[in-house]
Amino acid sequence: MAEVILENVTKSFGDVLALDNVSLSVPDGSFVVLLGPTGAGKTTTLRIISGLDKADSGNVLIDGQPLTSQTPAQRNVAMVFQQYSLYPHLSVRKNLEFPLKSPILNLSQIEIDAKVKEISEILQISHKLDNKATALSGGEMQRVSIGRALVRTPNIYLMDEPLSSLDAKLKADLRIELKNIQANLGQTLLYVTHDQIEAMTMATHIGVLYEGKLVQFGSPRDVYENPVSIYSANRLGQPRINILPADLFAGNIPPGAKSIGLRPEQIEQGKGEDASVNRVERLGDQTRLHLKFKEYELITVTDAHTPLQNGETVKIQVKKPFYFDANGARIVEGNK
Amino acid sequence: MAQIKITNLRKEFGSFTAVESSSFTIEDGEFFMLLGPSGCGKTTTLRMMAGLELPTSGEIYIDGEEVGMKRASQRDIAFVFQMFALYPHMNVGKNMSYPLISQGMSKTDAKKRVLKVAKILGIEDILTKPVGGLSGGDRQRVALGRAIVREPKAFFMDEPLGALDAEFREHMAEELRALHDRIGATTVYVTHDQLEAMQMGDKIVVMNHGVVEQFGKPQEIYDWPATKFVAQFIGSPSMNFLDFKGTLKPKAKTVTIDGHSIQIPINLGGASGNLSLGVRPEHVKFSDKSDYKGVVTAVEYLGTTQIITLRTPNGVIKSRIDSDKHVKDGEIIGLEFDARTLTLFDNASGKALKSEANRGVFNNG
Repeated sequence: MAEVILENVTKSFGDVLALDNVSLSVPDGSFVVLLGPTGAGKTTTLRIISGLDKADSGNVLIDGQPLTSQTPAQRNVAMVFQQYSLYPHLSVRKNLEFPLKSPILNLSQIEIDAKVKEISEILQISHKLDNKATALSGGEMQRVSIGRALVRTPNIYLMDEPLSSLDAKLKADLRIELKNIQANLGQTLLYVTHDQIEAMTMATHIGVLYEGKLVQFGSPRDVYENPVSIYSANRLGQPRINILPADLFAGNIPPGAKSIGLRPEQIEQGKGEDASVNRVERLGDQTRLHLKFKEYELITVTDAHTPLQNGETVKIQVKKPFYFDANGARIVEGNK
Repeated sequence: MAQIKITNLRKEFGSFTAVESSSFTIEDGEFFMLLGPSGCGKTTTLRMMAGLELPTSGEIYIDGEEVGMKRASQRDIAFVFQMFALYPHMNVGKNMSYPLISQGMSKTDAKKRVLKVAKILGIEDILTKPVGGLSGGDRQRVALGRAIVREPKAFFMDEPLGALDAEFREHMAEELRALHDRIGATTVYVTHDQLEAMQMGDKIVVMNHGVVEQFGKPQEIYDWPATKFVAQFIGSPSMNFLDFKGTLKPKAKTVTIDGHSIQIPINLGGASGNLSLGVRPEHVKFSDKSDYKGVVTAVEYLGTTQIITLRTPNGVIKSRIDSDKHVKDGEIIGLEFDARTLTLFDNASGKALKSEANRGVFNNG
């Protein structure tokens, strides 16, 4: 296992700047999730670390060793793709053994058997070892393809949205499994997704990417509770943070503030000024209130069985809001 | 505007029964969701309502008139598909006026109607633009506009947001619902996404294997699922089941699980055998006083809340609590279940047992 460092990595595809001077440190044994929409540079980052793409400038270091000049095989990284790529004519066991049979590793069959047993038990597929790879459900196939990466002991695991094609229930199960595996093995994992739930529930660190730049890096709690910008604040939280003019609510507005950011828990109900209820959206475990406040729309959350109806009014006031400047950067009071 | 009533509707494809005697009523002006996993029969049901499939048996009434064997064109409904197909060589306005002109409306009247609808959709500025260069959102608005201009009795939509990415999908879902609130037309909407159904629907029909499992308001279905399937399908994470063997006398107020007495809503019919106690994650409370214990096996941070997974003597369960509470892997925690919210299920039939609390849902459909 290893620490992976990106130093000022830049990569363009034609006119498109995919990565713009990205510096990132993936600590040894951490589970780092790169979060961002399509085109933010997530997959490009993975491909550069794996050696599938070459950076235009900058360095990639694994445990202090520059890897820019090494081939993918020499880098010893294991990659899991969004679409499972198994050998359809081989059994699950053979699929899992395959990476271990590499002549470079020179493992005995006993060592291979032990490793396959261990990983298949962790992934709960040991009862399917002798099935053909194609005789599995989608979730099982994806587990085998994750397993094929896990049987190896690479410097780093690189995963590109490996759960995105699975149904909700299986996704929820595998999120926990994957996090446990990574923690138990103590291995370094870099994971790419646009799914904020995956990022928040699995990561030790989240890296927020925006148009090829790393705009924030920290624990899920840190990114959620202390976003550095409107963009970062928008990446986490459901319903999404409300961004409104800074002077919409009474209170001490810091100099330079253009916008106020309010997550549902930053809006207190029952006190303050009147807002009208445009729509009551009952989601079961909670109810979302779509409110109109001084010609602006905002969304907050309330008790599942609230008696509030469309058209009624509710008093609201802000509690420890975020303020952002004209560029969308967070203004932290007393810090500047 | 229309009320749509389905009675004993059935569809067989050869020896396969896609829909088994469904019955439900969609009231005038409702946003109505057909919800279920793929292959449950929801799209087949919608296609029969639209006239794209003929029912094997049963009736479909639109405003009291039986239309089951009528052509789609005679039903005065508009169908919006997952992939919105626009005429690429026509501009936005022409795409929207085409259905009107082809019905014989004059150009001036069609133009007026298109402008009115374009205003509702907020696309009046792009009427003269070619559809080729439009954003995904605008393309979808134009496709909707083309359905709305006809002023049909009802809109039928088959996963219209299915192909969109999560963020944009949520935005369009809100827009679609707001649009419905403005024009108030009866809308039937097919989806496999339970959150989308809860978010947008006035009422939901939950289907599985061609069978209507439950029919009602979203909150009612969430609170009082009629079957284990519904309990699992609706809600994220889904309802927890504590499996146990036991006998329940009519009027029982408690059940005994692993030697612990747990309060339940007053049971009406009684039951015995393999049962399970259903409890939603937000109703699993931590309490030092409780001697029913669980061991924490996972902690998942979600911002405002966190999901705690626990191993109990009756299986793995999940609890949703505020994220400010500090919980560690391996911690042993006393658990309490909010008695007012519990549902018992008979594991053999998969059906909920009737209680004082959920009796209301057994009267629907």
